[in-house]
This record gives sequence, structure tokens and C-alpha cells, in this order.
Amino acid sequence: MSSENTDRNLNEYVTAMVGGQLFGLPIRGVQDVFIPERLTKVPLAPPEIAGVLNLRGRIVTLIDLGFRLGLVREDNGGPVMAIGVEMHGESYGLLIDSVGEVLKLDGALLERNPINLDPRLASVSSGIFRLDGQLLMVIDVDRILDISTHAAAA
Amino acid sequence: MDDLLREFVTETNESLDVVDVELVRFEQDPNNAKILDNIFRLVHTIKGTCGFLGLPRLEALAHAAETVMGKFRDGLPATNDAVTVILATIDRIKEILESLERDQREPEGADADLIADLERIAERTLAAARKQAAEPARVLRPGEVSLDELERAFRDTPVDPPAIKGAKADKTGKAKPVEEAAKEDDAVKSGSQSIRVTVDTLEQLMTMVSELVLTRNQLLEIVRRHDDSEFKTPLQRLSNVTAELQEGVMKTRMQPIGNAWQKFPRIVRDLCNELGKKIELELQGAETELDRQVLDLIKDPLTHMLRNSADHGLETPAERRAAGKSEQGHIRLSAYHEGGHIVIRIADDGRGLDTARIKAKAVAQGLVSEADIEKMSEAQIHKFIFAAGFSTATTVTNVSGRGVGMDVVRTNIDQIGGAIDVKSIAGVGLSFTIKIPLTLAIVAALIVESSGERFAIPQLSVVELVRARKGGDHRIERIKDTTVLRLRDKLLPLARLSRLLGTDADADREVESGFIVVTQVGSQTFGIVVDSVFHTEEIVVKPMSTKLRHIAMFSGNTILGDGAVIMIIDPNGVAQAIGSTVTSQMIVEAAHDRVEEAAEEATSLLVFRAGSTQPKAVPLSLITRLEEIDARKIELSNGRHMVQYRGQLMPLISMNSSVNIKGEGAQPLLVFSDGARSMALVVDEIIDIVEDRLAIQVTSDVPGVLGSAVIKGQATEIVDVGHFLPLAFEDWFRRKDNPTGARQYAVLLIDDSPFFRNMLTPVLQAAGYAVTAVGSAREALALLEDGRPFDVAVTDIEMPDMDGFEFAEAVRADARHAALPVIALSSQISAESIERGRQAGFHDYVAKFDRQGLIAALMEQTDVGRAA
Repeated sequence: MSSENTDRNLNEYVTAMVGGQLFGLPIRGVQDVFIPERLTKVPLAPPEIAGVLNLRGRIVTLIDLGFRLGLVREDNGGPVMAIGVEMHGESYGLLIDSVGEVLKLDGALLERNPINLDPRLASVSSGIFRLDGQLLMVIDVDRILDISTHAAAA
Repeated sequence: MDDLLREFVTETNESLDVVDVELVRFEQDPNNAKILDNIFRLVHTIKGTCGFLGLPRLEALAHAAETVMGKFRDGLPATNDAVTVILATIDRIKEILESLERDQREPEGADADLIADLERIAERTLAAARKQAAEPARVLRPGEVSLDELERAFRDTPVDPPAIKGAKADKTGKAKPVEEAAKEDDAVKSGSQSIRVTVDTLEQLMTMVSELVLTRNQLLEIVRRHDDSEFKTPLQRLSNVTAELQEGVMKTRMQPIGNAWQKFPRIVRDLCNELGKKIELELQGAETELDRQVLDLIKDPLTHMLRNSADHGLETPAERRAAGKSEQGHIRLSAYHEGGHIVIRIADDGRGLDTARIKAKAVAQGLVSEADIEKMSEAQIHKFIFAAGFSTATTVTNVSGRGVGMDVVRTNIDQIGGAIDVKSIAGVGLSFTIKIPLTLAIVAALIVESSGERFAIPQLSVVELVRARKGGDHRIERIKDTTVLRLRDKLLPLARLSRLLGTDADADREVESGFIVVTQVGSQTFGIVVDSVFHTEEIVVKPMSTKLRHIAMFSGNTILGDGAVIMIIDPNGVAQAIGSTVTSQMIVEAAHDRVEEAAEEATSLLVFRAGSTQPKAVPLSLITRLEEIDARKIELSNGRHMVQYRGQLMPLISMNSSVNIKGEGAQPLLVFSDGARSMALVVDEIIDIVEDRLAIQVTSDVPGVLGSAVIKGQATEIVDVGHFLPLAFEDWFRRKDNPTGARQYAVLLIDDSPFFRNMLTPVLQAAGYAVTAVGSAREALALLEDGRPFDVAVTDIEMPDMDGFEFAEAVRADARHAALPVIALSSQISAESIERGRQAGFHDYVAKFDRQGLIAALMEQTDVGRAA
């Protein structure tokens, strides 16, 4: 639909499926995609945190993206995947059902969140792309990682 | 040339830091010729080196400063003004050095202003000198003598450095070779050999060692699985070498915290001038060492807090006078080691935090609702100063209050896995306590398993390991809901790790066996029950993710040899979860915690049977220990029953004639101790520890019984311990009287409850005080009115008619006894009530059941009285 301006306004997104919904993460925020192994659960941690693991000598905190977004993760038979992101020098992994291709999308076509969007999704979504056949929600990694730790702090 | 220049910059910066500190010292102590000599030499070296390297701007500045200092050395007064100009000069020199470092050359610019100032001071001081020419001191012909000296010193520069080096080594503890040393190394006679290594090199080395440790651990893990491995011996050697290497590298990273404080005297001095305040800065524990990485990270937060204290915390001299304080404010910075942590405290005696303003601001910023904040304690409200963007200063000053504040401090401290706490008492002062790990790098830890997961417990706080088994030597026992372990002569409170972590599948499971990691935190000892214990391992501590850092049970995480990530247990967090104060009197304290949790007035009572079927009770806080001894060990001596207990003979007293001391089997005893002496009350059976409101409903005439109360639905006799103590040692209440011929202190005890009066009187008498007990504050005031002399008053808070606060205020209001120390006793002991009590004029605040605390408080107050 925007073949003329291929080199303008194009953003790349890593796409992923969580609970049957397609999400996109801006590629510049994505470090890598990996299969989480030897996950250590952290007692007393907020429920969004699936655990921690050792990824090439770094300790990565895994966020259960499904739980974070109020979605139920689907067992698709394949291994659980995680998208590695970084914030303030710390490594995080977002648990997803499966990873898709990297899409180049025109930023101008990003639409605002519909007002009736589930507030939990709306709070982390920076907008929606209408793709052929399905909708892609762009998620803001910083906001995903903004997990309240106060409730459990007591 | 590059190397030479770089070295010069580093060298000079260090010298200047020293000059900064020394100058402030000199200003306070202008007669100390030694300090001045030091400063003079340092500045002189800078000047000499500048000349050598061809840096005219620096040379001119240093020369002018040196001239002024030369005058000082000739015995002329160092005015505040003069020191300020010299400090300004040093700052300018630093600026020039900075750009020198950046651009490899001196920046453009002129320093005529400063040089003129310096010359003006030199002139003025000379003029002053002329006025003083009549003094018997050596008369200076205007400038010539000292200038001569300077010139000569300047000419001698190339010969000087070794001497300077020696002097510097004395002062800072490390020798600093300078470039000249290379040329004249033959001339260098002594001084420890040292080289400069960049921090990066050390960091890299540290990372490599960390990796090496990990690899070694992996190898050990493999060898552990193959018992008869031929690798065992070489691996052992590798292991030892690694350990030594690690220790060596760690050592290179340790620095005294004083390095971070070096600039503080100067900062405080400048602030004093700027703010028109008088501030005394006290530095304690500057030699306390910590990892330089940690040191770097706390330098800025500490500086910020110091500025805050000086700017917001301390009042102006006028305000202080009005508040009845000394004009000079006081800031104390102290540091000490505690476990694997360093504790740094900044305390000032200023106005404290403005709770009302913090409240208003927190609500205004939407951090908390108005309804919620009303429910918060003062301490909780004070914590808002750590919230982002929080600054209560109404006026933004040059010094602090720029919007970044304590939130930044907290973030920095959080980042290194530390904790910060604030304590403030309005009008009295404010203190911040920072607790940070000594090193972020490597610790020895015990690897344990609980509920199928492994955890690391830092070896530093582990005292020993005990295996508990049903029917074994060490049994886990229960006192109501509390599990304890009888370990030698102590009862050790236990906590199951899985329960603390909420990973226990079956929370009600009886705890009967397991490994007990006996852990010590400060004075607190407790046991952590785990399922199994593996081994000790050197772990590389990695900070917890910020999303997990709020979990008090963990201090960090680590990657084990097999690649798995495990959590490092924070013994401090566990200690807090278990209870606040567990000391040697664990059983007392364990019950104590429950007192605090329970409704206010509840008292922990030990219920037992002695002589009759009717239960008897005694406040648990009076009992030192519960013992069960082998009846055959009871000896009869001089017609009295005795038992050898902890190397001493302890008399046994029967509760009444119908209690028979057993001939065989186990004899339960209630042990009461006071100092080195102990006595035991023989009872038939210990039933339970209960918590209940203690209201004596029927008083008793029977000696040894205070009266009866309903406890857990049953009429129970409350035992008067004070009756039995003299039976064991006739002189129990007298022996401490006048041990050194000193006067016996008179204590006025005020409590509306006859029970507490009866309970505390013997306790205080036993501690050597003359006690007068009254049932109301009015009676107490009447006694004071009559002119009865008392050294200290101990009062209950909650009393009908006139409560403890009112009593304290009444005492304060009367000039005759305004100096009488008043100690408050209360069953509710919260930080809030303590602060309220202090405001009312209480000198100390003690929990009602804290016998030891009360005695300590009394001793302190009477000591104060004696000193005054």
C-alpha cells in the first residue's frame, strides 16, 4: 500500500504471538530471541515475573507477557520463546508463544488504540497496524517493564 | 611528554585534594605549623613542576598562592577571607588542569583577578606584620626574608622531590613517585615501591578473576561427581591459587571510605560561608575500607546528603539560639563494618524533617491520597522524601533543592543493593543510615535446598549447621506456634525457609527434621530450616533485577557452576521476618514478638503447675530461661538444694512446701538471672506460654503470690518473683548497693497497675536502685513537691486521670525538677510513640517488658545525672 515511499517512515517490528494475538516490538529495542532454559522461579516475586535465567553469563529476568497483558498463553506444541530486551542496563526476556517474521511497516499507518481496548492492553500499546487479515498491536517495551513492585513489597 | 603531562595532572589533582583538606584544618588550627608546612610544600611542588613543564598560567597562580602561604608561615594570621581566596585559586588550578588533561595544553585566559586578590592579601598581611613588628618574634623586613626563602626553595626544586615524597608518604600512607624520580632514581633512598595502575586494568582483572572463579566452580562440580578423579589434586591446587588470586585482586580494590570524604571539610567550610551558618563536621571511621566500585557509587549521594544537612537540616545560628541549642550545628558522618556490609550514617542536630510539609507535598504530588496519609506513621511519611522529584525546600538555594534530591540518592544506593533509612525527630535532628555491601563481587556462600530449589546463604552470617531429627540429639520443639531448637543451653528460634518464601506446599506440615543453618545477624541468632545442605561455594554476586529488589529475603542472585541462577538469601531480611530482637534470652524475646503483634495490653505469661492443680503464671519477660535438668544432678548443700549450672552453684527454691524436688527424671526449672547470679524456681510442670490481658482480680495475702487472674478462661495464680529472689540469696536486693561506695540512686516508679509495680520493684531493687512506687502521676508529683529527692522517674504512659505524657510535661514545667530524667514505659512501642514521648520530654522510652532495656536506660540516665 505504500510502495512509493519505501525508504521513508518505515519501521521494523519483530512480531510475536501471545494468546492468539499478534504483537509487534520495535526492532531497535530487541536484543535477541531465545528459548528459555533452566528457568529459576523467584519466590515472592510479582506474578508477572516468570523467573530468572542465565543467558550467556548474564542474568535475565523473564516477564510472562501473557500474564502481563491478561492473555492466556497457548501451547502450540513448539518450545516457549522469549524476546530479549534491555532497560537501564538490565536484561529482560518477554515470554511469548511463538515468534513471527520481522515486518517493515509505515509509521504513518499506525492507528490509535480503539477506545474500547482492554485497559491492560491499552496501557502498553502504542498503536495498532491493520494488516491483511489480522491486527498487529505495537507494544511499548518500557511500559511492559513498568511492573509495580509495591504490592508485594509489604 | 604526554605521559609526563598525564602523570603531572593526576599527581597535582591528588596534591590539591590534600591541600583542600589541610587548608580547612589550618584555618581552624592556625597555630599548627606542621599543617602549614605541608600545604606549603604541596603548593611549592606544584609550582616547581609547572615551571618545569612550561605551564606559565598555572605557575603564576601557584606562585601567588604560595607567596600568601609563605606569609602565613611567617606567623601571620590566616583570615577566613585569605583562605577563601586561596581555595578559589586552587579551584582555578583544578579547572586549568581539567582542560590541560583534555586538550594537552593550558587553556586561554587570565588570572589577574585572583592574583591581584592574592597579592592584596599578601600586602595586607605584611602591613599587619609591620604593625606587629614590636613583637618579640623575628622581625621581617618587608617581604625580603620570606621571598628569599621562596627563591631559594624555587632554585632547589630539582633536589626537593625525594624529600617531598617522603613527607607525602607519611601523610597519605602511599608513596607517589613523580617523573623526576625516574631521572634521579639513585637519589631515592627509601619509600615503598609502588606503581600506578589504571582502574580499568583492575576492573578487567577483577572480571577475569570472577570468570576464573566460575570456571573453577564448574570444574569442581564435575570432579565432585567422579569420586576417584585424577584431576582432584591439581584441581585442588588450582582452587587454592584461584582463591589467593581473588583475594589479592579484591585487596587492590579496597579503599578507605575516607577517600570519598576527603572533600567534605572543604564543602562544609564553603557552605558555612555561603549560608552564614556555623557547622562542625565530625568524621568517624574514615579508615573503614570498602570496594572502590562501591566507593565511587556512594561518593555523590553522600556529598548530596551532606549538602542537604547543611542547607536544610541545620538552622541558622539565630534560629538555633532561639531553639535553645548551641549556635554551632553539628554534622556527624560515621562508617563502620557490620557483617558483609558497611553502614554509613549522616546525622545532624538540626530541625529534623517537616512532617506537615512532606504530607502536604506528597498529597499535592498525587503520591498518596489524603485519606491514606492520615493513617500513616511519621516514619512512613518521612519515607516520601525518597520519592522521585520530591524536595520540600520552599526556596531553591544554590546548595540543594534543585529538584533532584533524595530520590536520586536512593536510586544510586538501590543500584548497588543497598538500603537507606531515615530517622527524624522534629527539632532534634535528622539521620540517614545507609547500608551497602562491602563489595559487589564475590562472597563465600552455603548452597542449600528448600522445596526443590537451591539457594545461597552468605557464609559470613552462618555460625554452624545442625541436623535435627525426630528422637535425635537436636530436636525441633514447639512453643505454641513458634518452633525452636534446643541448642546447648539456648533455645534457638527457627524459621522454615520454604515458609518464609511461601514455597511450602503444605504450610501446616509439622517441622520435625531438617538441616538448620544457625545464622547470626548482629546480636540476633536464629535457625533457618532447609531440606538439605550441599556445600560452600564462592559465588559471584549479581544484583537483583530492579523488578525483584523489593523482596527483602534476597540480597542478590548468582550463576552457579552448573549454569543455573539461584537466589542469595539475605540474612537481614530473614531476621526481620523472624522478629526484631532475638538475643541470648531467646525464649523471652520470641514471646516478645508475639506481644507486639497481639493486642496492646496482652502480656506473655508462662503458665505452670507447682504444688497444686491450680495453674500458676509468671510474666515470661521475667524469666531468663526454662531448663529441664536431670534430677540426679541436684545436690544438697548446707541444707539447701543446689545444682551446678554453667560452672556455678545455682540455688533451687521450691514454689511452696508442697512442691517436691524430684529424685529422678527431669526436673523443670524456671531460671531467673541477674548479672552473673542465677536462681531457679522448682515447678512440677511447665504447661504453656500464653498471651492474655493481665488483670489481677483478687489480690492475695499468701507470700509469693500477687493475686489471681483469669488466664485463658482459668483462674490462675500470678507469682511474685520478687518474693523468691531473696530466698535464694539473702542479699539479692542489697548486694549491689553501694558497690563502690557510691550513693544508691533513688527511682520513682509510677504505674497505675499494682501488678507492674510489684513486678518492677524487685527488678529495679535487684539492679541496685532504691525504689519508691506510686499508683498515679498525682501522687508522684506530690512526692516531688514535698522535695523528696529522686534521681530518675520511670512512668507508665497509659494511666487514668493524668497520663505519662502529662506527667513528663508537668515535671519539665517545674524548674525545680526540670532536670529529673523521666523514662517512659509502654506496652505500645512504635517509632511514632517514641518520638511523641521525646517531644513530651522523656529521656528514654522502654517497652514495658524489656527488663534489660529498662535497666540499661536507668544506668544511662543516672550516669548522665552524675556527669552533670
